[in-house]
Amino acid sequence: MERNQMRRQLALMRQSFFDQGFLDEQFIQLEELQDDANPNFVEEVVTLYYRDSSRLILNIDQALERNPLDFNKLDNYMHQFKGSSTSIGAKKVKAECTQFREYCKAGNSEGCMRTFQQLKKEYAILKRKLEAYFQQARQAGPLETACRSRN
Amino acid sequence: MNQSNCKGSMSTASSSTNWKANDVVPDQFPAGLRVLVVDDDPTCLVILEKMLRTCLYEVTKCNRAEVALSMLRENKNGFDIVISDVHMPDMDGFKLLEHIGLEMDLPVIMMSADDGKQVVMKGVTHGACDYLIKPVRIEALKNIWQHVVRKKKNEWKDLEQSGSVEEGDRQQKLSEDVDYSSSANEGNWKNSKKRKDEEEETEDRDDTSTLKKPRVVWSVELHQQFVAAVNQLGIDKAVPKKILELMNVPGLTRENVASHLQKYRLYLRRLSGVSQHQGMNNSFMSPQDATFGAMSSLNGLDLQTLSVTGQLPAQSLATLQAAGLGRSTTKSGIPMPLVDQRNLFSFENPKLRFGEGQQQQMSSNKPMNLLHGIPTTMEPKQLASLHQSAQSIGSMNMQVNTHGGQGSSLLMQMAQPQSRGQILNESTSSHVPRLPSSIGQPIMTNGIAGGVIGRNGIGDNSRGTGYNQVPPSSSMLSFPMNHTTELAGNSFPLGSTPGISNVTSKGSFQEEGNSEMKGSAGFVQSYDIFNDLHQHQHQHKSHDWELQNVGLHFDASQNANPIQGNLDVSPSVLVHQGYSSSQRSGQNRNASAVGRAMFSGVECVEQGNMQNFSPHLNNLLVDNSVRVKAETIPDTNCQTTLFTEHFGQDDLMSALLKQQGGIGTAETDFDLDGYSMDNIPV
Repeated sequence: MERNQMRRQLALMRQSFFDQGFLDEQFIQLEELQDDANPNFVEEVVTLYYRDSSRLILNIDQALERNPLDFNKLDNYMHQFKGSSTSIGAKKVKAECTQFREYCKAGNSEGCMRTFQQLKKEYAILKRKLEAYFQQARQAGPLETACRSRN
Repeated sequence: MNQSNCKGSMSTASSSTNWKANDVVPDQFPAGLRVLVVDDDPTCLVILEKMLRTCLYEVTKCNRAEVALSMLRENKNGFDIVISDVHMPDMDGFKLLEHIGLEMDLPVIMMSADDGKQVVMKGVTHGACDYLIKPVRIEALKNIWQHVVRKKKNEWKDLEQSGSVEEGDRQQKLSEDVDYSSSANEGNWKNSKKRKDEEEETEDRDDTSTLKKPRVVWSVELHQQFVAAVNQLGIDKAVPKKILELMNVPGLTRENVASHLQKYRLYLRRLSGVSQHQGMNNSFMSPQDATFGAMSSLNGLDLQTLSVTGQLPAQSLATLQAAGLGRSTTKSGIPMPLVDQRNLFSFENPKLRFGEGQQQQMSSNKPMNLLHGIPTTMEPKQLASLHQSAQSIGSMNMQVNTHGGQGSSLLMQMAQPQSRGQILNESTSSHVPRLPSSIGQPIMTNGIAGGVIGRNGIGDNSRGTGYNQVPPSSSMLSFPMNHTTELAGNSFPLGSTPGISNVTSKGSFQEEGNSEMKGSAGFVQSYDIFNDLHQHQHQHKSHDWELQNVGLHFDASQNANPIQGNLDVSPSVLVHQGYSSSQRSGQNRNASAVGRAMFSGVECVEQGNMQNFSPHLNNLLVDNSVRVKAETIPDTNCQTTLFTEHFGQDDLMSALLKQQGGIGTAETDFDLDGYSMDNIPV
């Protein structure tokens, strides 16, 4: 009972990610890759993403402190960051990345900094949500995580 | 993909090598496909790995391009396909693509989150066999095996074609080549199938051919030694004899060095030429900066040579070299640096040059061989004009153009039958860039040099890969070379090989006389190689091949280059001719000589044995010649005929030659037989 409820909750949580635009189709691709051989694949990838991207965030933060801004470098960092975010399906984060790159191309320092703050916010929000999700998934049992409901 | 197998004989001859995907592919294929995936982003890397594993492929992941390259080098046959990201911190993805193309001739798929047209175009022109936009879906990966099959198929086709032309030597060579190429690329599964089928035949052939023609494998180390020697001597003073002495490698002949030098020069020219030719080719080419960069360097080399020979003004040389060195992805936009520059890669106006140069070239016949060996089917006139205008940066190209004027003749020469075919085929992927790398010129800042060397070492079959120059549009060419557009991309000023025209003007390639060689010599000008070529015309089977290659390129070069226009025709013809010519030893020689000339880089020209003809060069030449011809040779009636694969080589050659301006029946001289790429007599 408890389990089923948990699973249902989990499913709802997961669905909300898509509905609210936090995650996109790519996340489903990851879920599809999860199998018996890699039962925690999605969680592993997301963890890897957060670990690696935190380094990038740091770099960008530092680069944004320079004056004047090196837009080229910033764009490069952001390109990498965007690639990673895209691959896990982090939709909102990706949107901020795109916006940031636009500002870079336009040479808009203020825009870049503002966007980056927003990006970090979205990034943190998603991280929290996913952490909670995975935790719940572990509690609910493997069935949930392996459940691929195409939305 | 399959180019029509026009010859029945071919099928027989190549039966052993006739590897059809359906036939030989193991049942479990594509499962077990050995994929190397390179991406600096760990998240993407892990995801890709998992996806590929799910597709039942054997995956090796790597987060650094350098590491990937060394992995590939260490284990040449260890992988079937490479997937690489475009933006990587330690090495540009396109550069890696070039290296792989040159050295290993493996199909490479590029990936990026960037889906801008320019970037994708760049991938195409550099010879990537596919371009995936991130995020990559597993569905996209499920079909990547097709690229492996396609490549193999093309290689086989090439071999077949080249082999079918002649029996005996050719076949042997073919088998050699086949083996050679297969050794380079074969994956385990492939090997098991193909090898077994052909094993017996190839083995036999191998023995014989091996005895007959020892191949010089330009390994990375060897190439580096070569480059060091060249640098030490100075590009303008780098003559094969001295290089050989400096290198002090036992067993290496001057011919080997000469042909390799030719290729190297082509490569440099290409590097430098890239930046120059903007308009030359078409928008298509533009994105090829990288490719061209290589050419520039190549050009630089040529420039030196040219300058020495008086054709290239010293400053042009410097410019070219600088350009070459800077090969950086400047958007020269001109895919065919060579073409334009008849006189040298005049970076500014490649197109013009070409036309002008060609005319000039023709007259000069010789000097212009900027593109040594680049089969610029430029008409003599073109060559002449090229010549004049060259001041050269494009000296390298120019040479080629001049030769190219003759277009056909050059092409023919270039068409080392087997090796070239391979090149062409191989080049599909991306070859242009490869070429430069093969040259390994130190100038190549791209670091391709290393790759280049490796590439050369790969041998015939693999050679092709390097040069994407051969346009895949094999439609024209009877060769199944599905060379990708790279050729087109390569703004190889094919036409710019004035030298070529010279060669062709010689007319009948049949004559083995040095006259033809001279034409090609025009390319080389200062090259001893060419001289050698003259001497070794007989051995130039490669010529045929070259032509073939050229032809291939031409076809592929859809680019608008006017010059190319003619070339387009030629390539096919040439290619064809190349093969057929092989039959005729005499003519082949000449043709080969010409072809060689066309390929400045193509060593083959020199000696007929341009085995080590770095595919790249061939491609370069081919491209160039193709280009050149295409446009400037209005009277190439053969064009139509050229495409017909069924043309006997003689016919083709003659057609080409005629087009070129009365080149004559060089085709017959294509000494394709026995001329394996490997045997580039150096």
